[in-house]
Amino acid sequence: MSHATTMDHEHDHDHKPKGFVKRWLMTTNHKDIGTLYLIFALAMFILGGALAMIIRLELFQPGLQFVNPDFFNQLTTMHALIMVFGAVMPAFVGFANWMIPIMIGAPDMALPRMNNWSFWILPFAFTMLISTFFMESGAPAAGWTLYPPLVLQGGDNIAFAVFAIHMLGISSIMGAINVIATIMNMRAPNMGYLKMPLFVWTWLITAFLLIAVMPVFAGAVTMLLTDAYFGTTFFNAAGGGDPVLFQHVFWFFGHPEVYIMILPSFGIISEIIPTFARKPLFGYVSMVYASAAIAFLSFIVWAHHMFSVGMPLGGELYFMYATMLISIPTGVKVFNWVSTMWKGAMTFETPMLWALAFVILFTIGGFSGLMMALAPVDFQYHDTYFIVAHFHYVLVTGAVFAIIAGVYYWIPKWTGNMYSERLGKIHFWWSAISVNVLFFPQHFLGLAGMPRRIPDYSTQFAEFNMMSSIGGFAFGLAQVFFIYIVYRTIKGKGTTKATDRVWEGAKGLEWFIPSPAPHHTFQDGEPVKDEHLAHVSNH
Amino acid sequence: MSSSEISNKSQDQYYVPHLAKWPIVGSIGMTIAAVGAATFMNSETAKVPVMMYLGFAVIIFMVFGWFAEVIKESERKMYNTQVDASFRMGMVWFIFSEVMFFATFFGALFYYRNLSVPWLGGEGTGLSTNTELWAGYEGVWPTNGPGNVGGEFKLIDPYHLPLINTVLLLASSVTLTIAHHAVVANARKKAIIWLAATVVLGAVFLFFQVDEYKEAYQHLNLTLESGIYGSTFFMLTGFHGMHVTLGAIMLAVITIRMMKGHFKPDSHFGFEAVAWYWHFVDVVWLGLFIFVYII
Ligand code: HEM
Ligand SMILES: [Cu+2]
Repeated sequence: MSHATTMDHEHDHDHKPKGFVKRWLMTTNHKDIGTLYLIFALAMFILGGALAMIIRLELFQPGLQFVNPDFFNQLTTMHALIMVFGAVMPAFVGFANWMIPIMIGAPDMALPRMNNWSFWILPFAFTMLISTFFMESGAPAAGWTLYPPLVLQGGDNIAFAVFAIHMLGISSIMGAINVIATIMNMRAPNMGYLKMPLFVWTWLITAFLLIAVMPVFAGAVTMLLTDAYFGTTFFNAAGGGDPVLFQHVFWFFGHPEVYIMILPSFGIISEIIPTFARKPLFGYVSMVYASAAIAFLSFIVWAHHMFSVGMPLGGELYFMYATMLISIPTGVKVFNWVSTMWKGAMTFETPMLWALAFVILFTIGGFSGLMMALAPVDFQYHDTYFIVAHFHYVLVTGAVFAIIAGVYYWIPKWTGNMYSERLGKIHFWWSAISVNVLFFPQHFLGLAGMPRRIPDYSTQFAEFNMMSSIGGFAFGLAQVFFIYIVYRTIKGKGTTKATDRVWEGAKGLEWFIPSPAPHHTFQDGEPVKDEHLAHVSNH
Repeated sequence: MSSSEISNKSQDQYYVPHLAKWPIVGSIGMTIAAVGAATFMNSETAKVPVMMYLGFAVIIFMVFGWFAEVIKESERKMYNTQVDASFRMGMVWFIFSEVMFFATFFGALFYYRNLSVPWLGGEGTGLSTNTELWAGYEGVWPTNGPGNVGGEFKLIDPYHLPLINTVLLLASSVTLTIAHHAVVANARKKAIIWLAATVVLGAVFLFFQVDEYKEAYQHLNLTLESGIYGSTFFMLTGFHGMHVTLGAIMLAVITIRMMKGHFKPDSHFGFEAVAWYWHFVDVVWLGLFIFVYII
């Protein structure tokens, strides 16, 4: 076994399987599977985005213009399901596949065949889910939270949606198991836990969240299924059941789920900021602990989504205080990012711009979350556009911005080509401005009482809605531009070749291998060198 | 740097397979089964879910093909201890996900029994719900709700079949452990006998379980549609029964592999994985016996 083969360009070309079926359908290579995940996520991002454009079009003016109310509800439901399970989560799994083995010096993911399966369930599950649009019943229309009894009126789509969710759950659980086994078992010699990049750490924690809550979600939708088709009464009070139980079970899954979408973002941002501040991450160990604390707390705050549903007073109070606790570790993170930049030799390449926007805008989302965590005032905010504004700040300017930042940051390593810095910056400013035009007015709409999930509204809300729609169209168009930038970079059109290090201040194993990363990067058994790592704490 | 930080000391290669043909077959099988089941459930006329069975057939075909490949590689000694560790972690966390799945239904059961049914009966803040909507409803477990959904039903006596089944499953865990010790001691014949005994115990358990369901449906009027009691009872015991079935099949496969000469005293991960699974199913049953049948 030779260590020299690692950096050998010829070597990797020999091993790339030939032909579409072998290369993509039967692949076990973590980089190819990562690419598949990322492309799939992008496709779903376009589809989910297209649905959002129709939603904003309908809401451009008061009155019913383009779609009927039932179809509108199908749009909001499917937009959310597609974005959450089709775009954001698969994008992060794509990053995990591409980067984790490289970052810890592993030859591949621990269970490469299962890795293939995790991915190749997704296109099938989504085809099934999306096909409900073409059924007589239409797509599910009760919102992504699938609350009974409303969701049980969905007719034929219930079974399809439930089975699609089962399949997505199986895919996520297998993906998470793979991440855990890879990180715990495949680290190269000398890659101690507290030398791992923060992206690896946050994904390790995310994987545990996934394994813990995806089965709960599967259980919840299974109860919906049997209530709809087999005469059980889990959610029917006449039979002694309780529809509120669904909400408890859903949010026991749902709240950790939102952290599943934000923890890997924290990881990506924690990679990018030190690179462009040219300083090591401030408080590395506290970042690890904060991530773990957030994950733990995420299991015990779920009913902050249910303040107005009717809970015993003790429940209201407990969930209020527990929720507010989350701001502490979250604050630790934000302060650490800011401290990392403090007195740093900063430059503002495209990934850094996205990361900075993330820190600012995600924090705004955190603040509105804190407002809603106050049970008495949440009675006012609940089910209004204020919630819509909150979760879009944390999910779009949070998770999605982190994904885009990560793409700009690592695409030179993936493709060997440098994206166009000029186009990247245009994309950034275009998005950063339009996204605020899109979502900021929704805070005011919510505070003024505009309910979410409605196709029509009172004329007093007209101006802010029009503003929001204009921002929405602009933001949507910006992402079409993003696809063009990515396409150019992959094809190497008008781009320069990326160096191996890519970024002057970059540290971590991925920057000490060639660009593009060879098909097979590391042989196993090779120790990593401390001088290649960003964190070499002695813990 | 402490030695615990070095995760891989073995000098042989971690085996990375190069092409995987089974996953895509699995996805296709899953989709056929799911679409078949959904179409069947939505249909008013279909009598047999043909497409669903076809999907299951494809899945079974995939499982056998996939495992055959893995077993072949394992027997050829292509897996080093590090690969073995990955498999172990995979199985442990898979079982953990199953624990969470069952926890959902147990959690639901506790919620109904301790919170929502008493609320329906007027406890806590449920007073007006009770008097306005369900006047006269007592909210006492077991219940099929204020609507008397599914009609009056009787309970299964925990100290007959369920108790026998508890003994059977506990015994099967013991026989399996004896078999495991035999494998470690390289006493193949003994291992096969005790493994076979485990499979038989599992099969008898399932036989009694079917018997109990028949009794419930035919004589006790206890069905899946008997309100919340029937819902939780059949969901919990039904999913458990499915897991026992799967576990028994896997045990049977392990027995056959033992007869074919697979497994060594120091390398028998397949055996251990199935054993863990079986113990897990056993523990779930204990939970069921206590919380569903007895209390
Ligand atoms: C400081 C941190 C946070 C706090 C205190 C917080 C608090 C809340 C509260 C109380 C609600 C429910 C409001 C209602 O429905 O009346 C809510 C909704 C929501 N939050 Fe957060 N949140 C925080 C961070 C996040 C993050 C990081 C994400 C995702 C990345 C997120 C995603 C969501 C989503 C998707 C909803 C709406 C769910 C729905 O009803 O459809 N939140 N948040
Ligand atoms: Cu939450």
